[in-house]
This record gives sequence, structure tokens and C-alpha cells, in this order.
Amino acid sequence: MSMSLLLVQILNGLQLGVLLFLIAAGLTLVFGVMDFINLAHGVQYMLGAYLAVMFYAVTGSTFLALVFALLAALAFGLFLEFAVFRHLYERDHLDQVIATFGIILFLNQAVKYVWGAAPLSLPIPEFFSGSIVLLPGLAYPIWRLVIIVSGLAVALFLYVLVNRTRLGMLVRAGANNAPMVSALGVNIRRLFMVVFGFGTMLAGFAGIMIAPILSVEPGMGDTILILAFVVIVIGGIGSIRGAFVAALLIGLADTLGRSYSVDILRLVMAPSPARTVGPAIASMLIYLMMAIVLYFRPTGLFPTKGR
Amino acid sequence: MTQLSAPAPLPPYRDSILVHEILPIAIFLAFALLPVAAAFGAETYLLGLFMRVMIFAIAALGLDLLVGYGALISFGHAAFIGIGAYAVGILASHGIGEASISLPVALAAATLFAYLTGAICLRTRGVYFIMITLAFGQMAFFFASSLAPYGGDDGLTIHARNTIFGFSPFKYERLFYYIVLGCLAGCYLLCRALVVSRFGRVFRGARENATRMATLGFEIHRYQLAAYAISGALGGLAGFLLANATDFISPAYMSWQRSGELIIMIIFGGLGTLHGAIIGTLAFLLLGEWLSGLTEHWKMILGPLLVLIVLLARGGLLGLAAQVAAWWRRETIHSISDFTWTFGRLVRSLASSIGERLSFNGIKFAIQLFWSRIRG
Repeated sequence: MSMSLLLVQILNGLQLGVLLFLIAAGLTLVFGVMDFINLAHGVQYMLGAYLAVMFYAVTGSTFLALVFALLAALAFGLFLEFAVFRHLYERDHLDQVIATFGIILFLNQAVKYVWGAAPLSLPIPEFFSGSIVLLPGLAYPIWRLVIIVSGLAVALFLYVLVNRTRLGMLVRAGANNAPMVSALGVNIRRLFMVVFGFGTMLAGFAGIMIAPILSVEPGMGDTILILAFVVIVIGGIGSIRGAFVAALLIGLADTLGRSYSVDILRLVMAPSPARTVGPAIASMLIYLMMAIVLYFRPTGLFPTKGR
Repeated sequence: MTQLSAPAPLPPYRDSILVHEILPIAIFLAFALLPVAAAFGAETYLLGLFMRVMIFAIAALGLDLLVGYGALISFGHAAFIGIGAYAVGILASHGIGEASISLPVALAAATLFAYLTGAICLRTRGVYFIMITLAFGQMAFFFASSLAPYGGDDGLTIHARNTIFGFSPFKYERLFYYIVLGCLAGCYLLCRALVVSRFGRVFRGARENATRMATLGFEIHRYQLAAYAISGALGGLAGFLLANATDFISPAYMSWQRSGELIIMIIFGGLGTLHGAIIGTLAFLLLGEWLSGLTEHWKMILGPLLVLIVLLARGGLLGLAAQVAAWWRRETIHSISDFTWTFGRLVRSLASSIGERLSFNGIKFAIQLFWSRIRG
């Protein structure tokens, strides 16, 4: 178990965590403010990646593709809000689950219809391609560092936005008691739309950033959506801070668990069963973590007050 | 945390006997008669399709128990089916193909999993419950995917269907069909009995007002956990039958999309009416079968259809039928009274105008007659 390998795995875990945070932040905001479960949040992430690929094919420049894809993802999110989600805010959670599930079915299939079922890929921007030597004998891809840094920057930006601005104040108030905010004369519909659009854009951004290192394929949003759910449940629904802490926790636990579970199990069992049990435990690790957290704190680590 | 609101109550049925007694009997009768009709053509296909419907209906019944009667939205229900199926598959791969062993194991494994996860899930409420059940479902899914000795991602083929004390009834499609039908009927009756029992009343009471039930001295957590475990057992039974019907187990049985589909099935039929779960399963699977025959991209039709159903038809197919029936009744009553009113007006106005005219003419005639007499 070499030190540099551990460092690489920690960075990978950090990168997964940051990615999860970008998705979970939108999810937790939308749920916190509007009391709306959006299962279709994961397909927004997928759509972001696909749009980036499409705009790259059109413009030939990864940077332009990123910008256009971000705008298109935002526009599409707002369209969905206008066409469907707006009519679901007053409904109970079950209706929201079913309707957004329907949108997942549609978009996953639509993506397959338009772009085909085969995985696509997006090249890393030339400027950020290649690796950088962090320590002697330890090179790390620059783009992954870019993802980590941009994710942390978004987290900082969100922190300032939520805690230091008027809009953020309304969002926090809305998460605590939306009817009261509305009664105080705030246009809650518009606030909803802003929050929703912002959340959508974050998910799209995550998809765009990850497109160069993952294969872009239908259904790629589903797995990450569940992970994002685990994150916001552990963090406490509606809490950005909770989402951040939980995202990093999950990212690190998942990555390190997958790399070291077999090694750790070998300390206590024979190599052959360890090789069988290790991956099984690693893939269940984060769910076990969630179960433990919820057993002791049923509303997550950072419950928002007033819920 | 806003409490999860109970599903919208269905409009009161004037013909509740029709809906609650005759309709289920009709459904089971239709299932029982299907093989007779199927014998005239495409028998294997029809039997297989409807067997699948009935197997998923068993799981849907269990889910309806939770969602419809307890407002506990379990989004990980496919895991129970998967566990039941894996119990059969794993035992079969070790050469144990005896249902008297594998069925209890399947039921016990699914019930135990439901009991353990339920104990944690039920500490949470509302949307947390949805997400944590979803997460446990995923946990089971990934566990199954990482079971390399039992096929991992690819799943596992079961080479011989289960035997019961040496006999192999599952080999004969029609016999198997009626066994599944018997299981479904048994589960349906069990659930009905459960819902109206004291246990069921406490459980339903906890949906309406958990605080009040707790104040009355009921430990509602225990009731909910028991219902969750029962629901898991039904899922396990469905899994046992599914593994035998498909001769195959795969992690895909536990995917969260499957759980979502199960919820859609019970929504389709209308929550909180057990036979609604059966109707919904039938409608959903037949719809899927039909759409997938139309186009490869049938989910592009199904998705928007779901959105429309949520936005327009509350209470599922049964609710829709009740709405239509109510509308029909109202309209007919209206139109009948409209008709009598209009008709009455018409008759009256006609009569009066004829009368007027008659009387007017009569008077005129009388006057003319009188006048002519005077002059004459």
C-alpha cells in the first residue's frame, strides 16, 4: 500500500465527492425550498454531458461546447419546470416521483434515439490535457484537478450566495417555511424558478465537466442520482453545508473502499474469500454508512431547522 | 418536515359492492379462464405473459399494503423480489431444487431483509423514507452484481425448475399458471383480511394520524415494521415464482427502475384498493407489451403518458372509472331533469299557446257568433 497510490485514491475520491456535491446541491435546494422530489435531476446531468458532446461536434472547440452546453442545459431545465414540474409542486411526493420517473424514461430513451446507445466521448481541452507531477513519482491528470478546483469554487460561491446575499436569504427562508415567505410578499413562483434553474445548471455543469473522463451513455445519470440521494439524506435535506460534507464523505468512502477493501479484508481472512467478499462490501459501503447515520440521526447530519 | 399527505381518497362509490366484491371476482375468473382462451392460439406466449402479470401482481399487492394503506412509499421493493429469486437461484446452483426448502428460504430471506432494513427505514418519515428505501434497494442490487460466483452482473441461469417433494409441477405451463393464480388469490385474500383486521385498522390509523394512534397507546412503529416485513415476504414469494418462471436470475430484477415500475403499477390501478394493484399490474405490463410491439423506443411514449396520468387521472384507473361513472351519473341525471324540464316547458308552452289560441279563437268565434246573431 504505497503512499502515492493512497494520495491518488484520495484525489479520485475528492473528485467524485465534488461531482456528487454539484448534483446534490441542486437536488437539496430544490427539495428544501419547494418540497419537490426531482428524480429527473440525474438525467439533467446526463443531458449536460450529451449537449457538450453535441456542441463539440458543431463548434470543434471544447470550451465553446462547455459554454453552449451549460446554457442549453439551463434552458431545457427551465422548459421542464415550465411544462411539467410547475404543476407538481402542490401534489404529494408520490405524484412527483411518478411524473419525474416518467421524464427519466422519456429522456433516457430519447437520448438513445437521438445519439444512439453506443457510448460517446469528449476530448479534454488541449490546455488542460496531460498530467502534472504532484510529488516525485506521482503524476495526476490535470483535468481531474480542474474538476476538483472548479467544484470547490462552486461550493464557495454557493456558500457566499446562500449566506451573504438577499437571494440566498430568501432561499434559506424558503427552505424553512415557504408559505410564510410567500405571505411576506416574495414572489415564490419566481424564486422557485430561479432555484430550479440554478440546480439544473449545476447538474448540467457536473455532466459537462465529467464528460471528458467518463463515457457519455444513456442511463449515466441514474446511478449518480441515487448516490446524490444518499448524499442529501446523509447531509440533511435542504442543507447545502450538509450536502458538501456528505458528498466528500461518500466520494472518499466509495473510492477508498473500492481500492482497499480486499487488502483490508486480507488481514482477517484468507485471500480467496477476501477477493469475493471485498468488492461486495465495497459496493455496499456507502449504503451501510447511510443506514448508520440515519439510525442515529434520522434527519441527517445537518438538519435544516423548522422541518 | 411536512408529513406525507395520505393519497387522495377515492370518490365515494354508490356501487361499492360492484367495485369491491364483483370486480375482484371477475378479475380472478378472467385469469382462471384465460388458459382456455389461450388454447386456441399463441398459448405459450399468453400463458407466459399473464403469469408474469400475476407474479408482479403479488409483489404489487404487498406494495399497495404499504403505500395505499400506510402511506409508506417504499422505493426499494424490487429488492425483495430479487432476494426471493436469488434464494432459488443460489440454492439451485448448489443442487438444491426442492421447493420445500427453497420457498421457505426465499420467504425467510426476503422477510429478514425487510425486517432489518425496515427497522432503520421506519425511523424516518416522508421523503427520507422514500430515499432510504431506494438506497437499500440499490444496496441489494450492487450486492447481487458483485456476487461473482453467482453470475455477477450477467445473472445466472437456473437449469432445472424447482420440484415439490420430487414432483415437478413447474414444468407444466398450465399447472404452473394455476399455481401462480392460486398464490395470487391467496395473497389477495390474506391482504384483504389483514386490512380489515385490528392490525390493519391500527396500521391505517397510523397513516391518518400517527400522533393520535401513538397517544391511544399503540406502538405504531411495531405495526408498520410488521406490515413492512409482510410486504417483503410477498415480494419474496413473487421472486420465488419469477425465478422458476424465467429460469434465470439477474441483478436487473432489483434495479431501482423495477421498484419505480412497481409503484407505477399500483398507482395505475388506484392506491388502497388491493384489486387495484392487480388491475394496475395488468394494465402496466400489457401497455408495455403493446407499446414495445409498436416501436423499439416505446419508453418515449410511456414516459409522457405517466406524466399525463399523474397530471390528469388522480386515483388511477379505478379512480378514473369512478370519476367517469360519477360524471356519467351526474350528466344523465342532469340531462334527464333537463329533458323533463325542457320537455315540460315545451309541452306547457305549447299547451298554453294552443290553449290561448284555442281560447282566443273560441272567444273570437263566440263573439263573432254572438255579433252575427245580434245583427242577424
